[in-house]
Amino acid sequence: MAKSSTIPFAGTKEQKEKLDAVIAKHKDMEGGLIPVLHQAQEIYGYLPIEVQQMIAEGLNIPMAEVYGVVTFYTQFSTNPKGKYKVAVCLGTACYVKGAQELVDKISQRLNIGVGECTPDGKFSLDATRCIGACGLAPVLTVNDDVYGRLTAKDIDGILDKYINE
Amino acid sequence: MNLVRAHILVCGGTGCTSSGSEKLITEFETQLSRVGMADEVKVVKTGCFGLCALGPIVIVYPEGAFYSRITPENVKEIVDEHIVKGRIVKHLLYDESVKDEEIMPLNDTNFYKHQMRIALKNCGVIDPENIDEYIALDGYKALGKVLTEMTPEQVIDIIKQSGLRGRGGGGFPTGLKWDFAAKQPKGQKFVGCNADEGDPGAFMDRSVLEGDPHSVIEAMAIAGYAIGADQGYIYIRAEYPIAVNRLQIAIDQAKEYGLLGKNIFGTDFSFDLEIRLGAGAFVCGEETALMTSIEGKRGEPRPRPPFPAVKGLWGKPTILNNVETYANIPQIILNGVEWFNNIGTEKSHGTKVFALGGKIKNTGLVEVPMGTTLRTIVEDIGGGIPNGKKFKAAQTGGPSGGCIPASLIDVEIDYDSLISIGSMMGSGGLIVMDEDSCMVDIAKFFLEFTVDESCGKCAPCRIGTRRMLEILTKITDGKATMKDLDNLKLLAHSIKASALCGLGQTAPNPVLSTLQYFEDEYIAHIVDKKCPAGVCKNLLQYKIVPEKCIGCSLCARQCPVNAISGEIKSPFVIDQSKCIKCGACMSACKKQAIVKE
Repeated sequence: MAKSSTIPFAGTKEQKEKLDAVIAKHKDMEGGLIPVLHQAQEIYGYLPIEVQQMIAEGLNIPMAEVYGVVTFYTQFSTNPKGKYKVAVCLGTACYVKGAQELVDKISQRLNIGVGECTPDGKFSLDATRCIGACGLAPVLTVNDDVYGRLTAKDIDGILDKYINE
Repeated sequence: MNLVRAHILVCGGTGCTSSGSEKLITEFETQLSRVGMADEVKVVKTGCFGLCALGPIVIVYPEGAFYSRITPENVKEIVDEHIVKGRIVKHLLYDESVKDEEIMPLNDTNFYKHQMRIALKNCGVIDPENIDEYIALDGYKALGKVLTEMTPEQVIDIIKQSGLRGRGGGGFPTGLKWDFAAKQPKGQKFVGCNADEGDPGAFMDRSVLEGDPHSVIEAMAIAGYAIGADQGYIYIRAEYPIAVNRLQIAIDQAKEYGLLGKNIFGTDFSFDLEIRLGAGAFVCGEETALMTSIEGKRGEPRPRPPFPAVKGLWGKPTILNNVETYANIPQIILNGVEWFNNIGTEKSHGTKVFALGGKIKNTGLVEVPMGTTLRTIVEDIGGGIPNGKKFKAAQTGGPSGGCIPASLIDVEIDYDSLISIGSMMGSGGLIVMDEDSCMVDIAKFFLEFTVDESCGKCAPCRIGTRRMLEILTKITDGKATMKDLDNLKLLAHSIKASALCGLGQTAPNPVLSTLQYFEDEYIAHIVDKKCPAGVCKNLLQYKIVPEKCIGCSLCARQCPVNAISGEIKSPFVIDQSKCIKCGACMSACKKQAIVKE
């Protein structure tokens, strides 16, 4: 398990307004909680307890249920993500082509574990399920950039690009 | 409609998009405008061509020139030479598609020759974001035929007679499922599409949705008519943004054309569709868990019976089929039962799409008739194993499936043959492994996956898989005894018999099937403390071969824990007690003087 976040929650008024609009739209929809959580995560970047609280109140469902759903699905994160989200695909095709070595190398270089974020908020590291680019295995993504056919040797070069930005 | 003299098809599947095909489209448009041909040549973004390993792929018609691994820099050359002067740019062509200086029809190349496309019929052929192109290829004709010429019972009869079985992996007869739901009392019913393709290394459903979303929409409407439902849900992984986007475009277009909504084709049949996004839980691919998730709850499975056809979404009769199953439906309606029954084997009719991956030359998406041998798929279509390595095993069925060893490479693949050799069809992931893959490590990889994805509702799966993983870890660490192996087998059989849902019941399969065919590898780990494939770190030692070492100290400087010492110009030594087996020394050495054994 990733360490729980120590970064304090700092939501803005605009974000709250956006969330309220989303809640209003889904209030009467059957099974609307998951769509709301998806959009809330888009607004805030993650789903800290404060945001879950607002959703529970808005949709008028128990906080325990919201928390239960958030922690059940891996897409929902209670930790903030870094400015650069590094995600290594650990699908089978990537795994047999050495994706674990990429994870180890990044983890060593950034000094964070999988699911964690660097203290300066610049990088977070995730191991993802198959992203379907098996033809490029092993694959990692940094935000929307895709890097394929990698070896551990390529990692420094890729990270340097973002560190120096 | 504008007539154009050439079409440039650019693959817009996830594989090619990841290798930059979006940029190609913009570049083609820029270059075509530059030479003033933007109106004469049409650039089309299609779905997946299948040959992902060679992406990004561009095909130029009418010649059918198949360009592979195209970069934006190549685009100018293709436009200047091929489009303007009519000279095909030979050095950019896929080399298999050229023979004696002539371009071969694509269907004659090894990759395509053995394939037969039903579910993927339109993938890589049409622009998935344009409903007119789908309609031009008989799209929505099956729906029209069903609504205006057939009764719901006749539709179900056709699907039953076709022998179509669920392509999601279980292989349950689709017609039977529809029949159960149709026989429930009238009232609210639902049609569901399972697009929560979670098997690692499987991307068939995504490619269908990206390349031909309307075929799924059409089939769901047909299913709605057959069972008496007016509402459908497509549950799709949020990890597939391109597919979600194209599906939404397709639904909107179908609504605009009156092919979804009220009174379709002027009949009194109404049908609507909604997309629901998954949130990264593998168990939600299980049908009862999927429905719980659509209902907005933790996606935990429910006991069956009652089956979804009786009590499904919100307690109403519901059918759930997989994407690829649906993609077959319009073709069966249009071409008839007899046509479909003539494809495949006696008990498995039709084709199956496989996502070919791992240690194989032509990674990609293939569709073959049931009964095709594994050898044809691996050697002919897949082009064999790269780097001169030997084929060791193929893994099918993901975390629920098993391994097919090299000795069974001539097995004819269908639902029943795979079960009889201890694997399963699964959704269609087919991962090829060579001699460098450790089977114990692969079993451990899948168990890690199931432990992580177990929803925790039932004890056999929640606790049992974790205990299995612990034993496997002991084995790969070299700390296990033969007693552990017995316990592993005992656990595997108990979990199989007692878990609540498909995830738990099939979780032991990767272990059982590797034990069946590769028990000697397990024993090598346990008794000899050796990993024959050289994968399990704790059983490996990095060593410097003194005869090859020139004493340059490069490895010592790379070592993160200072485990390597020696004097310049004489052989260095690795201190095994300090070594963390990261392999940095081995990749640093320019003389290949470091070996792992």
